[in-house]
Amino acid sequence: MANPKEAIKEKSMVIQKDMLAKQFHELSKAKELGKKVVYTFVPGNLTELILAFDMLPVYPEINALQSGMRKRSGSYIKDAEKIGFSEDVCTYVKCDIGMMLNGNVGPTGEKLPDPDLLLLSYTGCFTFMKWFENLERLYPGVEIAMLHTPYQEDGRITEEQISYMVKQLKEDVIPKMEKVSGKKLDYDRLSKMLENSVKAENLWVKILESAKNKPSPIDSYFAGVYYMGPLNTAFRGTDIAVEYYTELYNEIQERISQGLLPINPEGEIKEERFRLVIEGPPNWTNFREFWKIFYDMGAVIVASTYTKVGGLYDHGFRHEPDKPLESLSKYCMGCYTNLNLPQRIDLIEHYIKEYSADGFLINSIKSCNSFSAGQLLIMREIEQRCSIAVGFIESDLVDPRYFSYANIKNRLESYFQMLEQRKIIMQQEGVPV
Amino acid sequence: MKQFNELLASCNETAFDLRFTKAKNWKLAEKNRLLVGFLPIYFPREIVCAVNGLAVGIMGAGDRKQIIKGDAFYQSYICHLPRGIIEMALDDNLNHFDGFVFPAICDCVRNLSGMFKILKKGKFQRYFDYPQNFDPSIGGIFYRTEMERMVNDMFNINGVKVTVEGLNKAIKLYNRNRKLIETIYDLRQEFPWRLSAVETYYILRAGLAIPVEEHNKVLEDVIEEISNERGEPMDNIRVVVSGSFCEQPPIGLIKSIEMSGCYIVDDDFMLGPRWIQGDVASDTDDPFGALTKAYLNQSTFSSAVYDVGNPKGKRLVELAKRRNADGVIFCAASFCDPALLDRPELQKECDAAGIPHINFQFHENTGQFKVIKEQAGTFSDSIKLWA
Ligand code: SF4
Ligand code: SF4
Repeated sequence: MANPKEAIKEKSMVIQKDMLAKQFHELSKAKELGKKVVYTFVPGNLTELILAFDMLPVYPEINALQSGMRKRSGSYIKDAEKIGFSEDVCTYVKCDIGMMLNGNVGPTGEKLPDPDLLLLSYTGCFTFMKWFENLERLYPGVEIAMLHTPYQEDGRITEEQISYMVKQLKEDVIPKMEKVSGKKLDYDRLSKMLENSVKAENLWVKILESAKNKPSPIDSYFAGVYYMGPLNTAFRGTDIAVEYYTELYNEIQERISQGLLPINPEGEIKEERFRLVIEGPPNWTNFREFWKIFYDMGAVIVASTYTKVGGLYDHGFRHEPDKPLESLSKYCMGCYTNLNLPQRIDLIEHYIKEYSADGFLINSIKSCNSFSAGQLLIMREIEQRCSIAVGFIESDLVDPRYFSYANIKNRLESYFQMLEQRKIIMQQEGVPV
Repeated sequence: MKQFNELLASCNETAFDLRFTKAKNWKLAEKNRLLVGFLPIYFPREIVCAVNGLAVGIMGAGDRKQIIKGDAFYQSYICHLPRGIIEMALDDNLNHFDGFVFPAICDCVRNLSGMFKILKKGKFQRYFDYPQNFDPSIGGIFYRTEMERMVNDMFNINGVKVTVEGLNKAIKLYNRNRKLIETIYDLRQEFPWRLSAVETYYILRAGLAIPVEEHNKVLEDVIEEISNERGEPMDNIRVVVSGSFCEQPPIGLIKSIEMSGCYIVDDDFMLGPRWIQGDVASDTDDPFGALTKAYLNQSTFSSAVYDVGNPKGKRLVELAKRRNADGVIFCAASFCDPALLDRPELQKECDAAGIPHINFQFHENTGQFKVIKEQAGTFSDSIKLWA
């Protein structure tokens, strides 16, 4: 009989692996299949809309992170630097440009098709706009649609902002999609997809909230980045995404009932020693090593801001099938990096309390001003508001030159020691931990 | 001449007065006056002027202030400008300001707006977004709403309502301001030795910290002075400097470029006040509409604006040709994503047009210019030799 633990571990992973393989295979055959290809970005993406036109989305950041995980990013970045990109700028952009300079071969080893449409929806990051201007020059003559997403400057989404976005969708983005795809937008089909989105989103929230359990059955960051993949990329709105999240949810329920702790590449954690909330994206070039430092120490990430770059479903947002364009607009504006700094601090505070965290850690990414500028103030505010142990490490998304294993390990070990001591002191003082 | 030197010295002092004494005195001289600080790059100052306010450019602390607290707010890989501004805010340099505007240029400035909110600096802190859609019925409405929000913020402080006449009057004043600045640039194009780039810099930057009427007077005096011969022509090449639109290069750097044999015939140091090309209509019943139209149709090229359909590389080349420049110096702040991500494309366009170029990066408080001087000197020599 199969080992039940392995069976539980495998099923959702197998589904996801299969989904990705099919996706990249389809992309490699896009031109033969007569499918149009849309390059777009992850945060605030319009996946349902793209799929409603039967077009295939490609997300340059995903390619960049995959290149990082496959240890290709270092040389791609250097190639981009050779053609004039500064060492100082976002490495996601350079990695993507470098990948294109090297034949645009995707994570499965198959070549990615050229775009038929560049759809720039630059939620929460100014650099996306620059990235797209560069892509536009790499693919001259390709149709371009721009969806400018206003920032939540005031800590809320206004009616004017929604109407600005809906107008852009109606008068610019959708007509261009219709032109490229040769199809009229089928609103019924879009609404059906949004219904599926809601199903997956409901499951996703339950999955995230399972980390409120003590011990947590999941790691909301290292495993979370895998879990969030289908919802944040090419599968939101599809049946297969609902199937994936149903399976994942069931697996987690099973883990809870068996009292199992989060899985990791080497098995599973034996004891939950620390519950952490993390701010910032992970490092991809040394992802496994990075993760291992945590699970070796029994540190579990119970909530993370990075898993909200594709939307804050746990704060109530859902796509609305009966108001498709309004809800797509709200979706774009609601992603984590589109929140203002006070909102981000409130959210982190909420996570620390709701998920009973022992510590708060920032992984500050050299590349990413959108995340990083202001993080030191976030850290100070959180320390004051939550009286919690805060930690700070620095790395990069995909530039291996900025991942110093020894340095990060040292810092984290000291941080975990501090957490340990705090626990002892709190126990001595009779504070429940 | 003596008088002119005094004028220059006064501009220098105003430009780098990080306590903004003149602006503060202006505010205190009358009840209901407002001071609104704005960061680089463009901001429609007319709307502040129209409600009895003064929009004051906060261009960073440069090399004039030691940064101690600011460094504790920013990681080493973030540009210098915001840390200097935080330092100023924490050191009370920005007291007396009623509110702050953070025009959309990058995520550092965007997030700085949130930091000001958290630190409770000013009565309002606005991230001022610009539409990237240039259709009047879409982006135009958005832009108008952004302006109206600001007007509302100011009304809540001093209770002054915008009138059509008031805003038209402000538009006229700033039209004049832009025209005078362009006249100076045109004169310098022909006679670059008459006013150095550093002097031009003092004069323009001072204009961000005094009322526009006063600045217009300064500009008129400058034009009068440089309409006559001044200084000695030198065997210099002519360059356009590009990429310093936000964090400002230290004066030593601008001097080094000049001293190494380059006349800077155009630049983007003070891009904000030169942003709108030509006049904004100043006699309409709808001055907000006029400002909106000007933003949508008359904006200069910039890293802050999505440029598809009107690529900035081509526009830089056009500028270099119009200014009869021999070369372009790309001079961007370290870690400045907007400037540095544009650079490869701008360089490519320069190459295609046969315009030589060099590039370097700086921090606003860089103190060493030897390498830059050498680089610019070699650039100048090679162009002379090649020409
Ligand atoms: S700056 Fe950050 S959010 Fe923007 S593209 Fe780079 S990594 Fe992504
Ligand atoms: S110098 Fe560049 S990165 Fe820094 S605040 Fe200005 S535009 Fe942003």
